[in-house]
Amino acid sequence: MRAANGSAIDVLRDFRLSLQAGRLAALLGPSGCGKTTFLKCIAGLDTDYDGHIALPQAARLAFVFQEPRLLPWRTVEENIRLAAPDAGAKDIDQLLETLHLSGHRRHFPGELSLGLARRVSLARAFAVKPDLLLLDEPFVSLDATLAGEMRAELKSLLARQPVTALLVTHDVAEAAELADKVCLLSPRPAGIIAEFDIARPREHRSVADAADIAADIAARMAGPPSRA
Amino acid sequence: MLRLVSVAILLAVWTLGTFLLGPRQLPSPAAVATTMAAEAASGALFSNLAITLARVAAAFTLAMAAGTALGIAMGRSRTTDGLLDLPLIVLLNLPALVIVVLAYIWAGLTETAAIAAVAINKFPNTAVTVREGTRALDAGLDEMARVYRFDRMKRLQHLILPQLAPFIAAAARSGLSLVWKIVLVVELLGRPNGVGFEIGTAFQLFDVARILAYALSFVAVIVAIEYLLVQPLERRVTRWRPRIA
Repeated sequence: MRAANGSAIDVLRDFRLSLQAGRLAALLGPSGCGKTTFLKCIAGLDTDYDGHIALPQAARLAFVFQEPRLLPWRTVEENIRLAAPDAGAKDIDQLLETLHLSGHRRHFPGELSLGLARRVSLARAFAVKPDLLLLDEPFVSLDATLAGEMRAELKSLLARQPVTALLVTHDVAEAAELADKVCLLSPRPAGIIAEFDIARPREHRSVADAADIAADIAARMAGPPSRA
Repeated sequence: MLRLVSVAILLAVWTLGTFLLGPRQLPSPAAVATTMAAEAASGALFSNLAITLARVAAAFTLAMAAGTALGIAMGRSRTTDGLLDLPLIVLLNLPALVIVVLAYIWAGLTETAAIAAVAINKFPNTAVTVREGTRALDAGLDEMARVYRFDRMKRLQHLILPQLAPFIAAAARSGLSLVWKIVLVVELLGRPNGVGFEIGTAFQLFDVARILAYALSFVAVIVAIEYLLVQPLERRVTRWRPRIA
């Protein structure tokens, strides 16, 4: 990586991560540790790095950014169709239904709340039927209730349309509820402290299960096998 | 309503002016209207208006297209900007008359020279405005378009032009008024017809009524274009923008 003044900076170091097809891995680490940078490298938005990223041939990507990044001058439906010109009308209908956006098709993004705009961004990502879905703190700065609703919606989208996904977050509860695999990151330059699978499938996790998993993750983050 | 009041005030001031300066220096509104009617009846008014309007349209379209393209190129590439910045500033500040006279000397007293001269006067202005807009393009949306593989056309139509629309609209508005003013000069200097030519002839005869008749007719046309074309178009292009209550 390069800083604004051109000097090289290490954001990520000795960073290895492999993803299993159809599963969701959560990258969990403190803010500013380089998680977003990592996603940008994968998406090809940042090419100034040393390292190797292997994606399937002609992989289709979808990126849910921290901000919704919708075209303000196009309606909700047009925003989705522009990103996913091949998506069938039925698929789009169903996505909008699941995300409670059916009544907002013809609205412009400026007429939506942040929660709704985030949902459109999620619908757009699923509409392209991606080989790899990159989620960059998709629920950050939403209130707890809303974030909870959206996590549930994301779960039902994933249940119907399983996709290989990488979720970047600093929220332990979010990882505990959604991930099949968790990677704990250290502060910058980020490396992986721990990497482990969550055995219980996402669909069958109760609130209590999620709380247990979250406690486990928190313990691993605090518990030092090799950290001071 | 307020517009009617402003027209009434204008007519009152005009009449007062006629009273003070005498009808030779400033003919009354009624006298100008009579001249306008006579010119309209002979058909000369409409043919001259049409010719001038066609020149305005041609020069305006040319200047907007060239200026927008150059503005985008300069806003996106530092090399292009560095290379063309100085020539652009020179062109921006070169008096219109110099460009017009040189165009006529180099290309002859032709229609092409006339329209090119007007377009060259206007396009640096558009380029500078659009360059500002291009520099302000949203990098986040650009990343979004890259991830979702927008092709060139899609990027231009759905990403770049909508963001540049307010800048292009500003350039168009100032452009229309600039272009029609310069078109009259061009007609005066080297064309055998058009509003500018008629005004030139009237000037030689000190026929103030005819000068005002042509000038006001053309202003009426431009005002009509503004209200019937520019403003509705602007409303349509910005309909997505949430209105301030």
